[in-house]
Amino acid sequence: MAVLSKDEAEQILKKVIGFSKADGIQATLNGNDGGNIRYARNSVSTSGEDSNVNLGVQSYFGKKAGTATINEFDDASLEKVVRRSEELAQLAPENPEFMEPLPQQTYGGESKTWSETTAKITPEYRAKVASDSISPASTKDVTAAGFLEDSRNFNALANSKGLFAYNKATGVNFTVTMRTNDGTGSGWAAGTATDVSKINPSLASKIAIDKALNSRNAKALEPGKYTVVLESSASADLVRLMLNMNARQADEGRSFYSKKGGGTKIGEKIVDERVNIYTDPWHEDVPASPWVGDGQARKKMDLIKGGVVSNLFYDRYWAAQKNVAPVPFGGNSIMEGGTASIEDMIKDTKKGVLVTRFWYIRPVDPQTLLFTGLTRDGTFYIENGKIKHPIKNFRFNESPIIMLNNLETLGKQERVVTSEGNPNGFIPSMKIRDFTFSSLSDAV
Amino acid sequence: MKRREFIQLTGLGAAGAMMLPLSSHANPVEVSLMLTPILDIQQKKQLADVALNAAKSMGATYTDVRIGRYLNQFVVTREKKVQNIVNTESFGAGIRVIVNGTWGFAASNNVTPDGIKKTAERAVAIAKANSKFQKEPVKLAQTPSYGEVSWKTPIVKNAFEVPIKEKVDLLLAANAKAMEKGANFVNSQIFLVNEQKYFASSEGSYIDQDVHRILPGINVSVVDRNSGQFKSRPAFSSPVGMGYEYLDGKAEDKIKSPGGIILYNKSYDLIEDAGMAAEQVKQMISAKSVEPGKYDLVLEPSHLWLTIHESVGHPTELDRVLGYEANFAGTSFLTMDKWETKKFNFGSKLVNVVADKTQVGSLGAVGYDDEGVKCKKWDLIKDGVLVNYQAIRDQVNIIGQKESHGCCYSQSWSDVQFQRMANVSLQAGKEQVTPEQMVAGVEKGIYIVKDGSFSIDQQRYNFQFGGVLFFEIKNGKIEGMLKDVAYQANTQEFWNSCAQICDERDYRLGGAFNDGKGQPSQSNAVSHGSATARFNGINVINTGRTI
Repeated sequence: MAVLSKDEAEQILKKVIGFSKADGIQATLNGNDGGNIRYARNSVSTSGEDSNVNLGVQSYFGKKAGTATINEFDDASLEKVVRRSEELAQLAPENPEFMEPLPQQTYGGESKTWSETTAKITPEYRAKVASDSISPASTKDVTAAGFLEDSRNFNALANSKGLFAYNKATGVNFTVTMRTNDGTGSGWAAGTATDVSKINPSLASKIAIDKALNSRNAKALEPGKYTVVLESSASADLVRLMLNMNARQADEGRSFYSKKGGGTKIGEKIVDERVNIYTDPWHEDVPASPWVGDGQARKKMDLIKGGVVSNLFYDRYWAAQKNVAPVPFGGNSIMEGGTASIEDMIKDTKKGVLVTRFWYIRPVDPQTLLFTGLTRDGTFYIENGKIKHPIKNFRFNESPIIMLNNLETLGKQERVVTSEGNPNGFIPSMKIRDFTFSSLSDAV
Repeated sequence: MKRREFIQLTGLGAAGAMMLPLSSHANPVEVSLMLTPILDIQQKKQLADVALNAAKSMGATYTDVRIGRYLNQFVVTREKKVQNIVNTESFGAGIRVIVNGTWGFAASNNVTPDGIKKTAERAVAIAKANSKFQKEPVKLAQTPSYGEVSWKTPIVKNAFEVPIKEKVDLLLAANAKAMEKGANFVNSQIFLVNEQKYFASSEGSYIDQDVHRILPGINVSVVDRNSGQFKSRPAFSSPVGMGYEYLDGKAEDKIKSPGGIILYNKSYDLIEDAGMAAEQVKQMISAKSVEPGKYDLVLEPSHLWLTIHESVGHPTELDRVLGYEANFAGTSFLTMDKWETKKFNFGSKLVNVVADKTQVGSLGAVGYDDEGVKCKKWDLIKDGVLVNYQAIRDQVNIIGQKESHGCCYSQSWSDVQFQRMANVSLQAGKEQVTPEQMVAGVEKGIYIVKDGSFSIDQQRYNFQFGGVLFFEIKNGKIEGMLKDVAYQANTQEFWNSCAQICDERDYRLGGAFNDGKGQPSQSNAVSHGSATARFNGINVINTGRTI
């Protein structure tokens, strides 16, 4: 078991700090237990578990710092790693951006990132998820490919200025793609949570099967500007692209958040006034660690409020340069939603496109946040309030800034799995006008 | 060399920590320890035999063991500052078995006889659990038993032995050159990889390999505060399977290309490139925005490698064709029925693409793959026709072949090996043509240098590529720089529009240092060669926007 308790972690870190002869010392202790199962062609392809614990020690003399690590925890090994970090620190050049560690911080109460239910996931549970996904597919002339991964981990931090921080977290992610055996239809669904009882892989598999069957024999639609109804994963895939809100890059003039002539766009309205995006480590559905890697406390904080840029992230060095308070990076992103369901938004659409998910999104122009990518695994034409027929996939060229200026309706929020990762987002589905599709794809 | 002597020589030790693409098992380590062997070959063989015997006694019909030591070094600077120096090491063993016709895999950093035995037991247990869902037993293509053999990347200078101070001095000198030429910001780094891999199998192969890769890079930015514009230009280096000699910047490896730009072949001049980058970025800001429409594209190898990677390399992977990647990376439009016709028109008759795991200097070159198959070169596209896929031991029987292509790879000892892309390259043209002669034959075109933005659909059909430098070609002459350029096509139409390929003299490698695939995702390094090539009548869009 690689997840140490708070007391166990503190005991080890206190010993480490006690060995220090440097100006100061900071130590981190991290552990992870993970498991996964992958299936394709209606059969399990791989599965496994991994486990690791690691101690990292950074000693410093003035602005000279050295780091060493070890994964043995007897007293002799702990002292050895401290001596090695001190030796390296003495040899290192001065780092002009080095910031001394923080004193003890206040973190607002017990973290919500741990679930005992998730922590108890077994290989048998993973195998059952795969079986419950494969079985219904094989009875409907559909082929299942999916992936479930679960993790338990802890992070602890202590330093010679009296700071101690500890957090443990669990997580589970499930994604499934169902493809019809004739190769003309494909559907996708997903679930992610801190607590595994909040996801339903069987239901997700059924949704993906239905999408696959309904998306067979798609028709071609001319590229152009369309009203789109974006399911929450598709929304999140684009919203996340505008959340690299690094203050230093903005101040340096090489970010969308740079202001023409100098400075940043803090205080400027950049999107529709209904757009409110914030970060909150205590959020019930998408909790995050209450502290960041250097021990700074996270708090609930607006990023975009009423369409206006409220905050950018300042690391401690850059904050000191700019004479402002540091703003640590958020551990999640939450966008306020509305009450509309996907069905409501379809009913309200005269002509439009329903998008299940996007794929292979890459930057085209960092100055305008222009990105390109494609729809995938369930794209449908909406006419007069109803899904008319499946359509071939589109390539888009769009900026999330333009998109959120063309906001029509905000749907319900959902914890999302994005196409190439999990940004820990709680994002609504949405309806957007004049979304730019630039070409067609024959890919299913 | 004693540890202290080495640290004194380098002048620096490991310091700091930053977000870098590391294995979850990679730990920071001081440089001197990286140069000290952990186990000798006989110790590795003894440990491997423990695993082979343990797995066999528990019912495994096949076992392979990979004892791996993976070393990374990052030296990172910006302007006048050293931002970070990180050395990491990851050491452990991965054991793969077949039991009841089903794969099982387990890994551990406990590389002792007891640890190895327990890991083998876990691998067998996982295989037995998974066998309940196995529809068809795994069938492995036969491969010879090679006995005790070894292979090493043919490096001249081990980059890990070069003092860190030398690397820092080089990077800071390059930064200074870029700033002197008008850059506002410059980041530079050297990234080194050394994979020390020992493979043993129950079929009698004991393979020791020492693989080296290097990626030097620079990113030069210019900001125009008045207009609010900013542009950046990356290095014209390529990631390569070479030692530190790649940074020698020899005169004979410099190539003067159309438009007067300098490019590099088998070695790279970082300082010179940094200076040129600053000058070119200033031009990029004031360049003319492209008029959308159809153009004949002249694609330089530093750009074309990525188009080859995405539109030829990935769709010819058999695991994608079969559906193993359907939930993540996607499938392929090159379905087996197309291959079975033996006449699927992938591209024009000029298009010949080979896969080659033996190409000297390439990122993917090894002697043996990660399931003990001796590496080779084979055809994928011949005279424009799809003739083969990339497949490994448990796949080749599906396409009626008896021998693995030798392209199985795992990013570390702790990950299971699976089919990864070999070096996939467009063969040079047979006609004697230089890039200048090619440009001279184009009436309305764009010459594109260096890879930029890229995106392709999940079956590798519809794509969009940007670039870094774009030069307008009018009536056979380079007229000036363009911006806001991206081209769109589908793979088959694009490769059928290939009208001319320069000859062997212009052939060079580009490459991807971190190509992702699989769940959990793994990274692979792979090179792609080509000569400058011409593609007629490609749709170019304007990516400029006003916000």
